[in-house]
Amino acid sequence: MLAYIARRAVLAILTMAAISVFAFIIIQLPPGDFVDAYIANLSASGSSVSMEEAKSLRALYGLDQPIYVQYMKWMSRVLVGDFGESMEWHRPVAEVIGDRLWLTIVLSLSALLLTWGIALPIGIYSAVRQYSALDYLFTSISFIGLAVPNFLLALVIMYFSFVLFGANVGGLFSSEFDLAPWSVAKVWDLVKHLPLPAVILALAGTAQLIRIMRANLLDELRKPYVVTARAKGMPEARVIWKYPVRAALNPFASTIAYLFPYLVSGSIIISLVLSLPTVGPLLLKALIAQDMFLAGTIVLLLGVMTVIGTFISDLVLMWVDPRIRFQMD
Amino acid sequence: MPQTPMVDHPDHEAGRSPSATSPLLSVRGLKTYFKLDEGIVRAVDGVSFDLFAGRTLGIVGESGCGKSISARSILGIVDRPGKIEGGEIWLQQESEDSPAIDLLQLPHEGAEMRAIRGKEIALVFQEPMASFSHYYTIGNQIMEAILLHSTASDAAARARAIELLGMVGVPNPERRVDEYPFQLSGGLRQRVMMAMALACDPRILIADEPTTALDVTTQAQVLNLLQRIQKERGLSVILITHDMGVVAEMADDVVVMYLGRAVEKGPVDEIFHDPKHPYTQALLRSIPSIMAKPRTKLATIEGSIPHPFARPSGCPFHPRCPDAIKGLCDVTEPPTHALRPDRAVSCFLYGDAS
Repeated sequence: MLAYIARRAVLAILTMAAISVFAFIIIQLPPGDFVDAYIANLSASGSSVSMEEAKSLRALYGLDQPIYVQYMKWMSRVLVGDFGESMEWHRPVAEVIGDRLWLTIVLSLSALLLTWGIALPIGIYSAVRQYSALDYLFTSISFIGLAVPNFLLALVIMYFSFVLFGANVGGLFSSEFDLAPWSVAKVWDLVKHLPLPAVILALAGTAQLIRIMRANLLDELRKPYVVTARAKGMPEARVIWKYPVRAALNPFASTIAYLFPYLVSGSIIISLVLSLPTVGPLLLKALIAQDMFLAGTIVLLLGVMTVIGTFISDLVLMWVDPRIRFQMD
Repeated sequence: MPQTPMVDHPDHEAGRSPSATSPLLSVRGLKTYFKLDEGIVRAVDGVSFDLFAGRTLGIVGESGCGKSISARSILGIVDRPGKIEGGEIWLQQESEDSPAIDLLQLPHEGAEMRAIRGKEIALVFQEPMASFSHYYTIGNQIMEAILLHSTASDAAARARAIELLGMVGVPNPERRVDEYPFQLSGGLRQRVMMAMALACDPRILIADEPTTALDVTTQAQVLNLLQRIQKERGLSVILITHDMGVVAEMADDVVVMYLGRAVEKGPVDEIFHDPKHPYTQALLRSIPSIMAKPRTKLATIEGSIPHPFARPSGCPFHPRCPDAIKGLCDVTEPPTHALRPDRAVSCFLYGDAS
């Protein structure tokens, strides 16, 4: 078992190294570099940059060197925790991302928990009472949920809360806390703002998960081991919770892997619409400005989160499924 | 509500019935239907049979004849959309003096019915692989039955599980009890299944194709085990199978089913040596024999089982029957004709009609 975990860990590290290469290549792909974008920006506002100035800027950021040298320089600093300086913000990348990373994780995790908390009970109910009136109702709602784009829902909710309640629901903080240092009051303010974006973010996933859970459980309910349990004289509710639900939940352990990056990147549009201080909008801006250290760090973070998510889901699967635990030796 | 069902056995107490007592389990006119969008499937359509204490009743028939559904109906665990539409299932209670109870009168999900499942009547399944959950150890799944029906402590239940595993011939039961079903071979799994069924000392064991998924040598071992346990504990067994060889070996009494009906009933020797119903005769002809001349074709039953929605009128077997009487068998359903108290056949070739 330890050998298995060690092998997974080594693979995870190798994958992260590969991701760092691809992250670097991807942010180099658009034509031009930060200095070109910077010059274009300045000339749009009337001022200009001389050739010498541009050259010294390139030398400053190391943009005049071959790509592999740039990558090695970047990596050697990333490995010691220095993600470089954002060219656009003129501040260290770590500082620019700062709280946004934690806010993103908090938002994503709340959305994830909400997704599971709503979807699993409804999915179980829909399967056990297949073709009941409530099953049809949940099915209709979840298809609507699947079909409606999240950002549209966000816009609609914002519109109605503004028109009906005169409330501006954007952001994760009230304006007085926006720049304030962390305090209990600020955390409480966050807690009050969190539900709406979390619900909007969770909606599509919830709808999808209801369908998956229902289908999984319907399969499991027909298996002979369910009859075995009933034949023992177990009460029906206990039969369902102990056996088929347990089996139907198994696939969810493996969905942890892709849920993390999906939640982080999937929230970009919603974050823009609701003006949430998360990583998503920052990534968009950095890509437009070709702010390569910032964009690179965020892309790298997304990749690393995927790998860590996969690793965690491997461990969880091993924990919940004895077949995996015993067959890997 | 009659206290002792004797619809088909008007004089069985005086006759040469296997035991002079009333049957332990008596199924009367059981009807289990599946209402589907395409129509109603009459999986079990008016089946009656008796199980006597300490004996083995073999229920034989082709797949889809309603054998397994009959077994599940007895336990009240038919899956939706299946529903028991009629009949009576009388279970003699533990003390001889108390009246028999009709299981169909008990609510399916009630505590009384649950106390009978597993405790009084236990089920052993085909597919020992799929009949266990892979997420719990076999010990957990055996102990669960014990803990459900008794006040035993966890430790006592575990000790009992180990004892049961030893009894059914699982080697190293102390170690095996903590293993998962997928770590066992098919034969061992079927033994564990048996241990689980016997956990609460049931009076009736229903074995639904217990050997179908096993290879021939393992089959013989499992059948021997079943016989041994039956003798040791005085169990009454309902053995459901499509294998006439298994029936000949194991059963005392036989019910032959075709399309949800019992077409012939009788003691095993008479069924084999003097089959009455054309279907029983055809079944017996289709058993491969070691005495047969080499390179002769194995006899098969003409035609195939009708589609469940296209059930033939009259006697359901008439389209495949070599002796079908035109204008009678395809129009009217043959009544059950009792040749003797313990011998019955549903066919126009016998009784008044012939």
